[in-house]
Amino acid sequence: MIGPSGSGKSTLLRTLNRLIEPDRGDVLLDGRSVLRDDPDALRQRVGMVFQQFNLFPHMTVLRNVTLALRRLHKLGEDEADAVARAQLELVGLAGKANSRPAQLSGGQQQRVAIARALALRPEVMLFDEATSALDPELVKGVLGVMADLSAAGMTMVVVTHEMGFARQVADTVAFMDRGVVLEAGPPEAVFEQAEHPRLRRFLAQVL
Amino acid sequence: MDPLSTLWETFFDADAMREALPEMLTVGLPNTLILAVSAALLGSVLGLLLAVAGISRTRWLRWPARVYTDVFRGLPAAATILLIGVGLAPLGMQVWGPDPYPLGILALSLIAAAYIGEIFRSGIQSVEAAQLEGARALGFSWSDAMRLVIIPQGIRRVLPAWVNQLIALIKDSSLVYFLGLVASQRELFRIGQDYAATTGNESALLLAGLFYLALTVPLTHVVNWIDRRLRHGRPATAPADEDEDDDTSALSGPRKENGDDHHRDDHLGQPAGARRPPRLRTEPGAARRRPHRRARRDGLRDRAVRVR
Repeated sequence: MIGPSGSGKSTLLRTLNRLIEPDRGDVLLDGRSVLRDDPDALRQRVGMVFQQFNLFPHMTVLRNVTLALRRLHKLGEDEADAVARAQLELVGLAGKANSRPAQLSGGQQQRVAIARALALRPEVMLFDEATSALDPELVKGVLGVMADLSAAGMTMVVVTHEMGFARQVADTVAFMDRGVVLEAGPPEAVFEQAEHPRLRRFLAQVL
Repeated sequence: MDPLSTLWETFFDADAMREALPEMLTVGLPNTLILAVSAALLGSVLGLLLAVAGISRTRWLRWPARVYTDVFRGLPAAATILLIGVGLAPLGMQVWGPDPYPLGILALSLIAAAYIGEIFRSGIQSVEAAQLEGARALGFSWSDAMRLVIIPQGIRRVLPAWVNQLIALIKDSSLVYFLGLVASQRELFRIGQDYAATTGNESALLLAGLFYLALTVPLTHVVNWIDRRLRHGRPATAPADEDEDDDTSALSGPRKENGDDHHRDDHLGQPAGARRPPRLRTEPGAARRRPHRRARRDGLRDRAVRVR
């Protein structure tokens, strides 16, 4: 999902896991409407990563990852710890399990947030400008984790301002403006043969 | 006799103090502690309920909580204690007999709850809405998100104000003397007052005052200590583990980029050649404030309506 600020990308993302209830239309997951499901159960199937990480500052990194495993998946402490440590290992932060979020850099915090979402084994991952709050030199590590996740076959909806990343990793790129998807298609088509003048203007400004 | 020595003997008569000391220690101090501690516990539990009711989306919870808070904060403590202690005495008589002591604790708790409720509410509402959204996105229900994520953080932020309220409670516990307690139920102030009344010398009252200071002054230092800790962050307890540390905080400066191929990365561990010397873990507070620099501070309830 690309588009100017305020175009509704984040709102659209939040309707997918019903943090905001859609007024109209439907959200299909594996061909089934999610609007009749229990929203809390739905959100366990759909992981989400935020611009501001939203880690819980009063808990260690490990507890951030195990909280939902223990309370929602009802895993025992040892089991939850093992799952969480394996997940932290995958994002390169096994050694930070006992740190507090505030002791980590932004990039590390965002990778913890990704590990926290992945630990619940979601079917889909939503990324809401996951790198926008990071210092430029920290962006790469987070995008790398996301690219690996994509290569491993995870279905992802990514709101991003990183055009290079969108182009290389996405199967489909959608351009939104004023709450409407104006153009969507394979990255080559959207970036090189943009039809809509609004999209051309946007690309001319950001590329 | 000159006025100064009269003053000295009125307030600093060592014999009068020595006479009152045993009863202060064996009767007064335990009673003051029982009153203050039990009212603190009851008042905190009740205060938390009031705080949660006060930010509820249901007006039938919100309004009673507001009215309660206004009433019990607005009345003088002495009036509340008398109203409850005397007013409910017939009821108390049926439940536990003529003892006014439980009613004194109840009255102190109800007053403390109104103040503590407001303290907790302000703390809970100061937690960023993004925290609630983060917890909801993991699949937690609203009440679980509040219980596990929002309320613990909110209370942590207002611990200094809460301890201040406990100090006020210790002092207010002296007001239960209005209820006409029997000799063994008297707290510090009442014992001091009784000695002062029988001897005409205020030294015992001053001794009671010293006892109150001995209880409250350490607590004020606890407040300051908590406040410092919250302001500057706790000292880093986790051992520094630098091997995994590929992207670092502002402390070690910008890191070298190699090329612009930005989705291929070394996030699974720093290449051995690029490993930096371990950085010093200086100033834990420096990194602490950074993550929330852009966090929105809009009210929890506004967002709570949206995050269903």
